[in-house]
Order: sequence, then structure tokens, then C-alpha cells
Amino acid sequence: MPKKPLFANLTSAFFAAGLTLFLGASVMGLRLNSEGITLGVELASTQTFVELGLAGLLVFLFQLFRDHLPKLSSNTSAKLAIPSFLRTDKQQRLWLMLTLGALLLFPFTTGRSNIDLATLVLIYIMLAIGLNIVVGLAGLLDLGYVGFYAVGAYTYGLLYTYFGFSFWQALPVAGLFAAITGWLLGYPVLRLRGDYLAIVTLGFGEIIRLLLNNLTELTGGPNGVSRIPKPTLFGLEFSRRGDNTFHEFFGIAYDPVHRVIFLYILALLLVILSIYVVRRLIRMPIGRAWEALREDEIACRSLGMSPTNIKLSAFTIGATFAGFAGAFFATRQSFISPESFAFIESAIILAIVVLGGMGSQLGVVLAAIAMVLLPELAREFNEYRMLLFGLMMVLMMIWRPQGLLPAKRPHRELKTTNAEVK
Amino acid sequence: MTQPLLEVKDLVMRFGGLRAVNQVSLDVQEGQIVSLIGPNGAGKTTVFNCISGFYKPSAGEVIFKGKPMHRLPGHLIARHGMVRTFQNIRLFKEMTVLENLLVAQHMQAERNLLKGLLNLTGYQSKEQELEDRSAEWLERVNLIEFANREAGTLAYGQQRRLEIARCMVTQPTLLMLDEPAAGLNPQETQDLDQLIMELRDKYKVTLLLIEHDMKLVMGISDQIVVINQGAPLAKGTPAEILGNQDVIKAYLGEE
Repeated sequence: MPKKPLFANLTSAFFAAGLTLFLGASVMGLRLNSEGITLGVELASTQTFVELGLAGLLVFLFQLFRDHLPKLSSNTSAKLAIPSFLRTDKQQRLWLMLTLGALLLFPFTTGRSNIDLATLVLIYIMLAIGLNIVVGLAGLLDLGYVGFYAVGAYTYGLLYTYFGFSFWQALPVAGLFAAITGWLLGYPVLRLRGDYLAIVTLGFGEIIRLLLNNLTELTGGPNGVSRIPKPTLFGLEFSRRGDNTFHEFFGIAYDPVHRVIFLYILALLLVILSIYVVRRLIRMPIGRAWEALREDEIACRSLGMSPTNIKLSAFTIGATFAGFAGAFFATRQSFISPESFAFIESAIILAIVVLGGMGSQLGVVLAAIAMVLLPELAREFNEYRMLLFGLMMVLMMIWRPQGLLPAKRPHRELKTTNAEVK
Repeated sequence: MTQPLLEVKDLVMRFGGLRAVNQVSLDVQEGQIVSLIGPNGAGKTTVFNCISGFYKPSAGEVIFKGKPMHRLPGHLIARHGMVRTFQNIRLFKEMTVLENLLVAQHMQAERNLLKGLLNLTGYQSKEQELEDRSAEWLERVNLIEFANREAGTLAYGQQRRLEIARCMVTQPTLLMLDEPAAGLNPQETQDLDQLIMELRDKYKVTLLLIEHDMKLVMGISDQIVVINQGAPLAKGTPAEILGNQDVIKAYLGEE
């Protein structure tokens, strides 16, 4: 790259610094004070303004010299080299086993709140794995994914309320209902692509939320569904008193942490199962067809594949995972209301998929951990959470536009026969 | 003469007031190589799109293996054994070369989800079969060493060969090539020439092609159909076409 003159970015640097000062001054430089019953506007302290000025100067200098700063990383060919201890299949299997073991032992070494947080991470991993099918593999931008999550959660909540279903009975039904909803959404959006598809799916997610909110007689409206029971372990309950409780059966003292650990392990098993299923799906004809659809719909048709069926299968199977995650969410929370299924949830799940690297399983898992843990760890910066969220997205797009761990193409050894083609 | 494999009768395609294709008819006999030629903008690709179902013809009939095709969507036509390539290559660019061939055999694959998820032997052997057929064709078009490369990273000529291989793994009866020699160097064109002859003679595939390279067309075609400004101009063997005054006029203008 030819060296640019030192002050080539002068205009854009001025602009950036000006923008920083303007936004900073409007957000932080003015303060509202209540004077009796009226509100008065007054300027912030001089110190704030000095800090603002310094921030503006910093932005100015950075923008001015950005081409001359050492590059953080080249963003096109950034590929993580596989570390030396992970090269062979045997080593990989060993590390996989060790990780699994650590994940299983984890809840016994830490406190209740950490286990709870880990369970939340696992729910998001499951959601992101499902959305990854629709967005990452089939290339259909879905902004209403939370709708299927809500369907799963309410399926369990309502089946329990009206028919007394247990978690284990409701789980497959929740997956099935979410799948049917996914299939139904698939139909009207078959002809849409890109931005139009995104808008319609966004509307779909909102429709589900509004329906749940307004069908008060059926769903309890904004009051939600409460006292949803926890799952049982082969009929053993995790409660202090009851006919058939876990601690009595095993003859140990009652401890509320048992239930939390049980939920964690349950979520872990669901996630492992999901990862396994999607891993197989990707290598199966249906997974190949999803990717082909993302690459070129016309070529798909010219080879006899029906884009309709491929899209519907992606929506349906993707939604199923959200349905399972929803039922699990309902049982973990004991209480669900339409508020839990707002658009921001869809946005977070989509962000996880994009951050992780579209179509990449491991990347999505890492991104889910980051996206759920960071806001929790940064609780003190509560006011600035969304700001940090935005900053992280911007930095990711600069540093790694293809995601944390971009999907790798499967490598298959072919038998080279040199035999005559028959 | 027996019933032709593909019969196009009085095909008309209108776009608003424009008649892009006007009363074009052509027959393709089984085992022949038929070329569709004409000056730029003559409507050759539009004819292709109508035959393969990507456009719905405004009027006329397309009969393939004795069955009407002109009302079917493209993917159902393809399932009858009529597949095509595209003028501006349409590969699945981010998938590997091998995956391109595997995905092309989607209709032959074992698509039962449960069998696949449980990795049953029936599924495995079917996948192996698809892989073997892909390998055969990769060897035939000299791309076996690139099997695990992303298709988008191949050189232009290789991409053209891969697109033909992708059609062939579906085991078609009729292969339609839209300007297969466009952008190829003389050596590659010669190889293509040979490949097309081999497809007909060895794999018993019938071919319909659009081509600009006159040397290639005259050398391999059994029949040539010339269209000009959407309308049929001439039909015949290469020798007949070369001597046709109308064709010379359409290509070179009047004296």
C-alpha cells in the first residue's frame, strides 16, 4: 500500500472530532435540574467539558494518523492457526472429552449464581445454533426468531396451566409447535429475499408477542403465565416437601442448589444434543442444499432442487431448536410474560450468530458466551451496557468482519482411482 | 424420423411490448448436438430460459420426451433430465468443488433425515456412491486435485469445466450449454470440443448449445438453428448454414 501524505485525513479527522464534541456535549454537557415543579437546564461542570475536549482531541489525533498506526490485524486473511495440541483427531477427541468433563464438574465447584448464569449462556447457545441454520447456512435473514422461542415457552406454560403437562411431556410438543409456526411463517415469505425478508420476519416476531399480550383470556396477557413447574428427574422432584423428592430418595439433606445444578446439566445435555444434530445436518444432503440455496438460488433450481422445500425446511428445523429452548426457558424461570420475548432478544441472538461467524458452530458457542457474560461482568457499567454492546460490534466489524471463527469447509479425501470412467 | 427428444413449437416470449422470441421452433433428436446461433441480442438465451423453465413462455410448446414442459417450474423440468449451464457461470462459490458436485446430486441422495442423523449404513453407502460419481467426473474434467478448494477460487476455465461436471453428475438426458466456450483460450476451447463430443458419443447425452465460437460450432454440430432478432432465420447442417445467404447477411450486413 502506498504511504499516504501525513495529513490526508485532515477533513475526516475534523469531522469526527466535531461529531464527538457535538454528541458528547448534548449528552453529557447539559443537565436537567428540578426547580420546584419545573425543570431547568444547566451546564455541567467545567471538569466535564475539559474531559470532553480531551476526548475530542484524542479522536482527532487518532483519525488523523490512523493510516500510520501499526495495523491491528489484516482483516481479509485472518485465519486462526490450529494450535499444535489440537492437530490430530486423537488430540481433538481428548480435548473434547476434557472440556465435557470440566463442564460437567463445573457446577459442583462454584456458587448458585454462577451456575444460573452458565445455564443462561447455554440457552442462548441453543437459540443461536438454531438461528445459525436459518441465517448462517440458508442465508435467510430472520429478525423474528424470538417468536419461535416464545411459542416454545408458551406451549409448555399453557399446556401445564390447562392440561397439567409435565416438562418432559411438553418438551417435544413445544418443539413441534415451534416447527409448525416456522413452517407457517416460511410460506408467505418464500418469495422474499434480503431486506424484505428481514422486515417481514421482524413483523412476525412482533405479531407473536402482541398476540400473547392481547389474548388475555388464553395467555394471561401482560401478567404472563406463572408457577410453571420445574422438570423432574425420572419423576423425582427437586423440592423440599413432596411425595417423591430427590433428596429423600438418595437420602441426602435438602439443598436448593441441587435443582440449579440439575437445570444446568439438563441445559448442557440439550446443547450437546443440538450441536451434534446440527453437525450432522450440515454434512447431510439437506445441509448442503441450505448452503447451496444461500449461494445461488437459480443454480439450485437448474439442478432440480426445489427452493420452496429447502427454505421451508430451514425455517422449520431452525424454529424447532427455538421451541426446545423456549420450553426450557419457561421451566427455568417458572414465569413467562410477553416482555421476555421482545425484539431485543432476536437482535442479541442474531448478533451472536454474526459475531461467531456465520455457519460456524464453535464460533457461535464462543460468541454466545461472550455476549451473555460480558454484560453480566460489566454490571457496574449498567448505564453504558448498550454503548459497550455497540462498541463491541463496531470493533468486531473492523477487526474480524467474518466473525470470531469463520466456518471451515469440510475436507474430504477422495479415492483417486485413475480408473476409466464408466 | 422418430419422435424428437426435445420439440419446441412456435415459442413466443414477450416482455411488455417487446417480442424477444417470435415463433421459434426447433427439434433436437436423441444423440445429436444441436447449436443455437445468432448475432448478439438475437434472443438465444431467452429461448434457453423458456425451454428450461426459468421464463414462462407467452405462447408455444416445449415437449420433452413426449411430455409438455412449458407449464412446469424450472426445478421440475430439471428433474426430467434436462439440465443447463449459465452464460455467466453460476457455481456455489463458497462451497468446495466436491460439495458442488455432491449438492448437484441432491435428488439422488438419501434425504431421509432420520437415516442421516443416525448415520445408518443405507445412508452411508448412498453418500459414498455420490462421492464416487463426483470423483469420476472430477477426474474426467481434470479437477480432482482441487476437490477441496472453494469453487470461487478456481480459474475461469476450470469453473466452466466444473459447471459442466456439475450438470453431468445428475445423469441428464439433455444437456444445455449456454456459451460454454466464452472466455476460454484456444487450448481450452479445443479441450471443450473434445469433451462435448465425448459427452455425446460415450455418455449418450444429447446436447443443445448456444455458442459464438464459429469454429467450434461448425466442427461439432449435427444441426444448427440460426435466429435473428427473436425470429427463426435458418436451420440445417453446418454446411447448409455456411452457404445460406440470409445468415451471411444477418452476420455481416448487406453489401
